[in-house]
Amino acid sequence: MTNTTDDDKEVEDLEINLLLEGMFKRYGYDFRDYSLAHLRRRLRYRLDSSGLSDMGAMLHRVLHDRSFFELLLRDLSINVTEMFRDPSIYLRIRTEIVSRLKTYPFVKIWHAGCATGEEVYSMAILLHEEGLLERCQIYATDFNQIALKKAKEGIYALDQVRHFTANYQKSGGKESFSDYYSADDHSVIVKNWLKTRIVFADHNLVTDSVFSEMQLVVCRNVLIYFNRELQNRIFQTFYESLCPGGFLWLGSKESLSFSTMGERFEALFPDEKIYKREL
Amino acid sequence: MTVPVLKPPAEQAPYDAVVIGVSAGGLNALRAILPRLPEKFPLPVVVVQHRGVESDGFFAQYLDQRCAVQVKEAEEKEQAVPGTVYLAPANYHLLLEDDRTFSLTLESRVCFARPSIDVLFESAADVYGSRLIGIILTGANDDGSRGLAAIKKRGGLAVVQDPVGAEVETMPLAALQTADVDFVLPLGAIGLFLANLYKQR
Repeated sequence: MTNTTDDDKEVEDLEINLLLEGMFKRYGYDFRDYSLAHLRRRLRYRLDSSGLSDMGAMLHRVLHDRSFFELLLRDLSINVTEMFRDPSIYLRIRTEIVSRLKTYPFVKIWHAGCATGEEVYSMAILLHEEGLLERCQIYATDFNQIALKKAKEGIYALDQVRHFTANYQKSGGKESFSDYYSADDHSVIVKNWLKTRIVFADHNLVTDSVFSEMQLVVCRNVLIYFNRELQNRIFQTFYESLCPGGFLWLGSKESLSFSTMGERFEALFPDEKIYKREL
Repeated sequence: MTVPVLKPPAEQAPYDAVVIGVSAGGLNALRAILPRLPEKFPLPVVVVQHRGVESDGFFAQYLDQRCAVQVKEAEEKEQAVPGTVYLAPANYHLLLEDDRTFSLTLESRVCFARPSIDVLFESAADVYGSRLIGIILTGANDDGSRGLAAIKKRGGLAVVQDPVGAEVETMPLAALQTADVDFVLPLGAIGLFLANLYKQR
């Protein structure tokens, strides 16, 4: 077996740069500031299963073949989520944050990178049970059209429901979880009335800008795929999106600790990754 | 007298980092290795230990209390520094970036595992090239063997726990079959091997 040299790696990195540049210029999707380690993994995976010789050949293919681009788009967007993911944190939102949101006459919430929507519906259920949903507007956005379509439909596999139900109960759920969906043999569909306060929209965090003033921004397990510069930019976007004293809720392994924007937010519940924008 | 530096110059230390992969039997194995490292061990050590999705920071705390080096869970965007052992958090893949900071991903399981040893090892091989030591310990699956081969391919050093005497031999055996391994050592010797790498200089 021949060794991969630093030279080979340099060439591969250059090809990856060109590939990302090509995808951006041709299709408008900007992955140039994603985590490079993550990009290498996902692109090598696609390279291995494509039969192409190298990343340079992938660049050529992606420029000439839109369906191949869409394949890469799926490879690079990770949509792992569940209802009431990290239930103990939902409990914290319920007991500590909702009461603060209630002080506003009208509450706007932005789920940035909502993927297939499970956490958006979890939030709607929580707000409903706390008597706040009617005063809320929830914006659920993602750049992945396939995921967004699924989110709008609100149809989930039946075999996940047991897990979702357990999460719901641990999160301080007050009703019966089955009140919120109807089921058939294979799937459950979220009840329509839960969707009335939710707007699903195509929005790319990397290239699109602020669109309204929010009291709460939820962005969980999205920023882990971004490099530090891009993270800082997105934190700036969230800062500008939030009203003074508004809340930012990140994924359980994400934080503002290593960001230049850290000092503009107060770590209200550091373990739960709930931050408060400065006044 | 010169002040001891954490990172020795290149001609003294041929390595910049250690990555360790371990599954079933990991607690005992890590307890046999990590306490042997001196407080100022000049390399960062990054560990993937397979564990349940809901396991918390207890594992890191437990080891930290028994080691001279600091043991902690790796945080997203944190810099890997010498004298520290980083554990992959439960339910996330752990990767290293070129600037030696950590990334986490929720990509699918690899070899049924998240965190996966292959994912850490392959990304570390990209970053550290020949200046990386990869170690595979006890475990009941074959995660890590492709990662160890990737480390060898970049010219790094591959160490595997002797399957004879391993709590579960499957993972060391898989690594030996897949990668061109430099050293096969019993558990006790691996800690000494690491500690001695720098002591003799």
